[in-house]
Amino acid sequence: MPTQHTVRSFDKELNCLSKKIAEMGTHAVHMVERSIIAIVHDDKKLAKQVIADDIFLDEAERKIDEEAILIIARRQPMAVDLREIIGAIRISVDLERIGDMGKNIAKRTAILSDVRQADPFYHGLEAFAALALKQLNEVLDAYACCSLGRIDAVREHDDEIDSMYTSLFRELLTYMLEDPCNITVCTHLLFCAKNIERIGDHATNIAETVHYVITGIYPALERPKDDQTYRLGAGK
Amino acid sequence: MDSKLKIKMRGLDVKVFYGGKGALHGITLDILENKVIALIGPSGCGKSTFLRCLNRMNDTIEGALVTGRILLDEEDIYDPSVDVVELRARVGMVFQKPNPFPKSIYENVAYGPRIHGLAKSRTELDEIVEQSLIKAGLFNEVKDRLHDVGTSLSGGQQQRLCIARAIAVSPEVILMDEPCSALDPIATAKIEELIDDLRRNYTIAIVTHSMQQAARVSQFTAMFHLGNLVEVGATDTIFTSPQEQRTQDYITGRFG
Repeated sequence: MPTQHTVRSFDKELNCLSKKIAEMGTHAVHMVERSIIAIVHDDKKLAKQVIADDIFLDEAERKIDEEAILIIARRQPMAVDLREIIGAIRISVDLERIGDMGKNIAKRTAILSDVRQADPFYHGLEAFAALALKQLNEVLDAYACCSLGRIDAVREHDDEIDSMYTSLFRELLTYMLEDPCNITVCTHLLFCAKNIERIGDHATNIAETVHYVITGIYPALERPKDDQTYRLGAGK
Repeated sequence: MDSKLKIKMRGLDVKVFYGGKGALHGITLDILENKVIALIGPSGCGKSTFLRCLNRMNDTIEGALVTGRILLDEEDIYDPSVDVVELRARVGMVFQKPNPFPKSIYENVAYGPRIHGLAKSRTELDEIVEQSLIKAGLFNEVKDRLHDVGTSLSGGQQQRLCIARAIAVSPEVILMDEPCSALDPIATAKIEELIDDLRRNYTIAIVTHSMQQAARVSQFTAMFHLGNLVEVGATDTIFTSPQEQRTQDYITGRFG
């Protein structure tokens, strides 16, 4: 099967797009990782760096948009090429949003520093972030090697994120019920948890896009949604 | 394909040999009424050969042999009882290079209806000529010079004149063999717009080398390669997620 285009420069342009997505992916993962470290270890300097780093993803997303539009105008791509380009546009949007989530977490470092609590408060968030990032890394690997098998595995593990989010929600609620002084820190940690949960959603979006790029078909819309937090309250 | 759609023409195991050498190796393909089907594939794949079978244009090529069956409204067009001249009035053709007769614009269009006895009077013939030119989107551009020679028109206008000439004998199917390959983008756009209009009254099969054109004008696409039909399906599917690797390689420019 010929894998190269007769016009070689077309291959170069497509490779350039996927390379940029890979760079964005690495950067987004790194941002989220460091935002969690900043929160957990009360590192305000690191938090500032993460916030400043976000511009890279904003610029990269715009660059991918511009290049994708140029390729469409220049090559009038069809079939798998067209899907790859549309896929790159979509994935770059998801990655840019993931960066925003990391930035949002990092921004809470300052206020949390003022109301510092004992380590166990942060363990849940740390583990939750690790799970979401594992998902994200797997999706990015699947994108890089066009692996349908890996994509399906990611989708199957999606509910783990939801159930972990629900249990973290419950845990933070308990801390708040124990002592109203915990409300500030727990509220901020809840927002961080929400951000992590959103990162999981973006990872799933990317998984669906990669599935479409490879097969030309979107995976079934219905997937089990285990986020139960909308039912949780202080009395329940 | 959608079962509500009526099959206008049908090729059944169509094989073509030129001087004993196989050019088509058994094509079975339906052409649906009031739809545009695009035939695509690399040069020499057999798409034009198949198109020419649909109104028996291969009969004019010495040493050409066609086997299998081609049905028009369920009747075999290769049946000995079929009048080929009448068949070609029902299944008209437009060629790659505009080829108006060296006569006036009016005569180019009037020629067909006249030899087929479609007009009883001069007034009726005038009406047919005018209507055909209107349908071909050319009337407004030529109404004041109907008696100028057809070859005085621009390339795009000449091609629309050829379409008017094909329409004038009230065909049911129009075959187009790369009708825009000699035209500029504006003239091409006009022909494509026309194809979309004509689809309401006619069934159209078009051979094109432009993937974008096939994607723009057709509802169905058939991909040919080395005398075989590789894949046929809804155009929207063929150009976004074709099933066959050869189709994918061809339309994305990875062939060979």
